[in-house]
Amino acid sequence: MITFMNNSDSEEEPCNERTSLMSAESPPVPSYQDGLQASEAGEAQAHRKRRAGSSRGPNNITGGEMSGSGIPVRESALENEEEELTLKYGAKHVIMLFVPVTLCMIVVVATIKSVRFYTEKNGQLIYTPFSEDTPSVGQRLLNSVLNTIIMISVIIVMTVFLVLLYKYRCYKFIHGWLILSSLMLLFLFTYIYLGEVLKTYNVAMDYPTLFIVIWNFGAVGMICIHWKGPLQLQQAYLIMISALMALVFIKYLPEWSAWVILGAISIYDLMAVLCPKGPLRMLVETAQERNEPIFPALIYSSAMMWTVGMAKPDTAARGPSQQTWDAAEDGREHLQSPSHAESQMSETRSPVPTRSVTSLEELEEEERGVKLGLGDFIFYSVLVGKAAATASGDWNTTLACFVAILIGLCLTLLLLAVFKKALPALPISITFGLIFYFSTDNLVRPFMDTLASHQLYI
Amino acid sequence: PAFGLFLFTIARDPLRIIILIAGAFFWLVSLLLSSLIWFIAVKASDPQDERLQKGLLIFGVMFSVLLQEAFRFLYYKLLRKAIEGLVALSEDGCSPISIQQMAYVAGVGFGLMSGAFSMINLLADALGPGTVGIHGDSQLYFLTSAFMTMVLIFLHTFWGILFFHGCEHRRWWEIAAVVIMHLTVSGSSFCNPLYVGSLVPSYLLMAAAAAWAYLLSGGSAQNLRRFLLCKC
Repeated sequence: MITFMNNSDSEEEPCNERTSLMSAESPPVPSYQDGLQASEAGEAQAHRKRRAGSSRGPNNITGGEMSGSGIPVRESALENEEEELTLKYGAKHVIMLFVPVTLCMIVVVATIKSVRFYTEKNGQLIYTPFSEDTPSVGQRLLNSVLNTIIMISVIIVMTVFLVLLYKYRCYKFIHGWLILSSLMLLFLFTYIYLGEVLKTYNVAMDYPTLFIVIWNFGAVGMICIHWKGPLQLQQAYLIMISALMALVFIKYLPEWSAWVILGAISIYDLMAVLCPKGPLRMLVETAQERNEPIFPALIYSSAMMWTVGMAKPDTAARGPSQQTWDAAEDGREHLQSPSHAESQMSETRSPVPTRSVTSLEELEEEERGVKLGLGDFIFYSVLVGKAAATASGDWNTTLACFVAILIGLCLTLLLLAVFKKALPALPISITFGLIFYFSTDNLVRPFMDTLASHQLYI
Repeated sequence: PAFGLFLFTIARDPLRIIILIAGAFFWLVSLLLSSLIWFIAVKASDPQDERLQKGLLIFGVMFSVLLQEAFRFLYYKLLRKAIEGLVALSEDGCSPISIQQMAYVAGVGFGLMSGAFSMINLLADALGPGTVGIHGDSQLYFLTSAFMTMVLIFLHTFWGILFFHGCEHRRWWEIAAVVIMHLTVSGSSFCNPLYVGSLVPSYLLMAAAAAWAYLLSGGSAQNLRRFLLCKC
């Protein structure tokens, strides 16, 4: 999750027309997170020259999807004006990201709580070959660590592969990959999801109806994500595929492995985005050099995307061990860098960058949105979903994790505003989420239960 | 009702939402620390002794109340700094949100979080089979819990306003009053199956706090009358 800052480029070459164009186009390019600049928090007293700071939170691209780091897109023709605007827009952008993250989490939690399917253990992915059904704690721990190592290395390989493809301009391949991924995700996973939901509520539906519904859903989704479509519809689709992906993860990752993977992924994210040789960072920089938006399908954008094309679907198909699916990894989109394309089975990423040539004025008027990689969405939802599924404290733990993740997101956006470069969105939120999960589950729950049984109030 | 408050007054302005979530976060952290203390105390003591457990619980509750107020103070400090930042960054030199609004939002944040934590498991269980009080406990469990939670949420909101006002104007007695009120309310919940003892004082205190906060925020009896009579 690289956060891309267009501003930095503009800063270096203020007079360059190309730069100004780029900055104008910043939003389309890798996730720009408009500097939600700390205005919200008001803590950043630093004077921001550039308004747009996009931080992309690289989403752990499970499928090698790009971790989008918000790229601050700011075309700041007039810095002062921009600064003030930034301040005004700062809070708005945070909310623009809060809403989809919240929606995704709500969908995941609702499904987990109601549909039994996603909490049954029906096997594991081939990416996590070690089982956790071992009798001893040490063995279990060892297995989960091994699982994590395998998963992370898969992610790394996929990401590097994607970056190489991007570097050598094998766009067709990437596009094809992304298209395949999102296809699989939209159709197959939706079919399974719908089947399970219908089963739970005991609603009968015949195959032709099902076929028509899924076909419509999938076709519109493909068009929306990869081509043009109303912004809200595109956002809705991206949220849905993130939720589906998260549900798959929740179902197929064994318990301890899931927590260790979450921790490891945030560390990886941190390194991949901030280290100079990190794949995500290279992706973002390459995209910036070439002045291209990062694949749209992998990134969630909160503002008008004038370049509808750039969708980077990071859908990595994951196949459970028992079934050879091509798991399409959902784009973890992240703005700039192609998220780790984890080549799980087949990662279809089809970035279809369609640059819309919007006029500069148009760009100026559009509000800068913030971009967040889809992988980030997925992992946030995985955390909250796991909390809902496995915590014995039920809703309290889920609520605590939810608030923790939102606060982490706030802080990340704040940092984005301060630093104005692509930033990893995962580490802070996941850390908070993990801390809160474990502490709420073990410490707060007995306390609250005892209080509630005596009906005491604090 | 608290959720309605949220919808009508807070959901419009993104800055307020952020302050709300941060307030909830602070409450959560205070809860975490207090339960940590309680947990350690329980583990270190004898689990068989009933009276000791009860005593520890009471101690835990009081400690938690004190911690909550301490965190409210910390949050106040943070918001002060934030206001300075906002003023510096804004265009016309004045902050987009006043300290009183922030106090209100912070109070709501605290309240919502505490209410959510108190009620939500109850609500989830309430979806199950209807067996309230089957072991000889009071049958009004759900109702009284709901009322108590609501009064607590409102109280948190008012306390937020009072507390911030006290900090702003350096009137320590206001802050002390808030703390004492909080302790009283929690304490009154100790006589809990005897609902009269806990609900009634809480509501009275809430009315008092409401009036006080209203006066502090610049309202007056006149305003109130005008509002109620001339509803155009």
